[in-house]
Amino acid sequence: MSDRLATRFAACAADGRAALVTFVTAGDPDLTTSAAILRALVANGADIVELGMPFTDPMADGAAIQLGNIRSLTSGTRLRDLLAMVADFRREDDATPVILMGYFNPILAYGLARFAADARAAGLDGTIVVDLPPEEAAELVPDLTAHGLHLIRLATPTTDAARLPRVLDGASGFLYYVAVAGVTGANAATATDVADAVARLKRSTDLPIAVGFGVRTPDQAAAIAVTADAVVVGSAIVDTIGAAAAERANDIPARVGTLVAGLATAVRAARKQEIAA
Amino acid sequence: MNIATPSLRAGPDANGHFGAFGGRYVAETLMPLILDLERAYVAAKADPGFKAEFDYLMTHYVGRPSPMYFAESLTKHLGGAKIYLKRDELNHTGAHKINNCIGQILLAMRMGKTRIIAETGAGQHGVATATVAARFGLPCVIYMGARDIERQAPNVFRMKLLGAEVRAVESGSRTLKDAMNEALRDWVTNVHDTFYIIGTAAGPHPYPELVRDFQSVIGTEARAQILEAEGRLPDLLVAAIGGGSNAIGLFHPFLDDASVKMVGVEASGHGLSTDQHAASLAGGRPGVLHGNKTMLLQDEDGQITEAHSISAGLDYPGIGPEHAWLHAIGRVEYQSATDAEAMDAFQLLCRTEGIIPALEPAHALAAVARIAPTLAADQLVVMNLCGRGDKDIFTVADALGVELL
Repeated sequence: MSDRLATRFAACAADGRAALVTFVTAGDPDLTTSAAILRALVANGADIVELGMPFTDPMADGAAIQLGNIRSLTSGTRLRDLLAMVADFRREDDATPVILMGYFNPILAYGLARFAADARAAGLDGTIVVDLPPEEAAELVPDLTAHGLHLIRLATPTTDAARLPRVLDGASGFLYYVAVAGVTGANAATATDVADAVARLKRSTDLPIAVGFGVRTPDQAAAIAVTADAVVVGSAIVDTIGAAAAERANDIPARVGTLVAGLATAVRAARKQEIAA
Repeated sequence: MNIATPSLRAGPDANGHFGAFGGRYVAETLMPLILDLERAYVAAKADPGFKAEFDYLMTHYVGRPSPMYFAESLTKHLGGAKIYLKRDELNHTGAHKINNCIGQILLAMRMGKTRIIAETGAGQHGVATATVAARFGLPCVIYMGARDIERQAPNVFRMKLLGAEVRAVESGSRTLKDAMNEALRDWVTNVHDTFYIIGTAAGPHPYPELVRDFQSVIGTEARAQILEAEGRLPDLLVAAIGGGSNAIGLFHPFLDDASVKMVGVEASGHGLSTDQHAASLAGGRPGVLHGNKTMLLQDEDGQITEAHSISAGLDYPGIGPEHAWLHAIGRVEYQSATDAEAMDAFQLLCRTEGIIPALEPAHALAAVARIAPTLAADQLVVMNLCGRGDKDIFTVADALGVELL
């Protein structure tokens, strides 16, 4: 099987545009709705989907995603349910890359080898483990590699020139640039800072650069899409899910779809507008 | 043939591991900071000026050495081993926590940091952090679970008097683990100016090591004092364990003394057979939380479960990684004491010795009360009386069904 991430990044590059990566917590607000949300993300222009693995103590996440984790866990989501949800999605869509994002302890509890085997069987493409820096990654990498899964590495504003080689050593899939020092849903970085950072990273790696943290609006997404290979939007989508869930709305996937469609349009138009301007 | 026994005091290894435990499980944004901290700590250890300043403040600000007190009346009451109390409750701010805070704020100053944050459970670490922040003129934010704020009102007021901002944490179980999550979120957001003073011998490397080193003043003094008083090493050391900083501080200088047995006492809340306890060694499994791999209370999916103890300072679902390792290799025996046993021990010390202990060391005392009567009269027990109980009188009154004011 070809590498879905490489194929998708190549296709977007051929289109002359950045990819839109959307994040939602799997099982938020419940598994059935979440499965419909997953389809709405893709139907409305998400190029890559990041699915959060719910955890009780998401210490790198801001309020929005913390609440998403709580909604998911309260409705009883388990890692095996998440994998089943992806396997079901794969029966309809074998092209859209889906990666997991979360914390190490639920993976450790599931069993590292079992996690890698089951994730691959479900049709996942890789994982981001927020609290597993390169210094500790050797524990998980062999199992992921054996099953053809990417461990997506993160670079941040604190990743200086001395540290970057450590982050890139063994990185695959793409490089996730955390645009601001902070938790998810924090304030946005300026487009200039992001452009500088992307240029700096591109001098050191051929991996596609995805930029996330603090990207909420179509305008913000478009500004980043001019230079980055991908733009990640998470908290804004999770906030939409949370607000809709709070009013017990039955059209949560449609509301998410509307938001994502706006982001996708902006990301697709970003470089054309830049050229026109 | 002379076979050298490897020292048990040499850990952690270069990557911060104690056997299978410890490490640096933090977000990438924080990695450069903890690597910086490690370099700064290595440099500080090699600098005689750092030790001199630490020692000076220990003597003249904290009031060390704390006494090693022969608890004659308690010994007579229990009828068995001779019981000594290491009186760390007499320190400035009323607990052992200040030892670590002095060390860490000196590091913060060396590193040019200008803002201090900390988490707190019972409030003792928050008070100690607010104290050193006031002393060194740095702004200070303390994260405290909303539930702990309710049950530790006197300490909340103390922190405010000392000029700290106390931020209530409403997420999760609204106790110590959630306060630590929130402190980590603050740190990752304010990486350039902020120093995070972690209160126990846990978290990402090098925290477990440096907290242990600063708290080892307890065991180093205790070793000299018992040799002075009795002319020999003790037979048994006993200390309470939440994260485990007072216990590792007492134990560490004795780890290579094979004749010295050690008992760490976890809080078993309503009992180990219930799901209402805080005994992560007795009831937990290895996992990763708050930057280290250690023993954690968790469900089969790796979700962290809520700890319970009458003592806010022990109400944490994990334990420092060096304790997890000492447990795994069997060097230290870990027992537990329930809320009810701790309450009995609390009252026992009040009445036999005229000392009101904190609820944390009351757990250690509960184990002493079990063990001492089984030992011969010439056996020596040293217990770390790591905090005083003024802060707990409302909790104790509540547990005894007494209404104050």
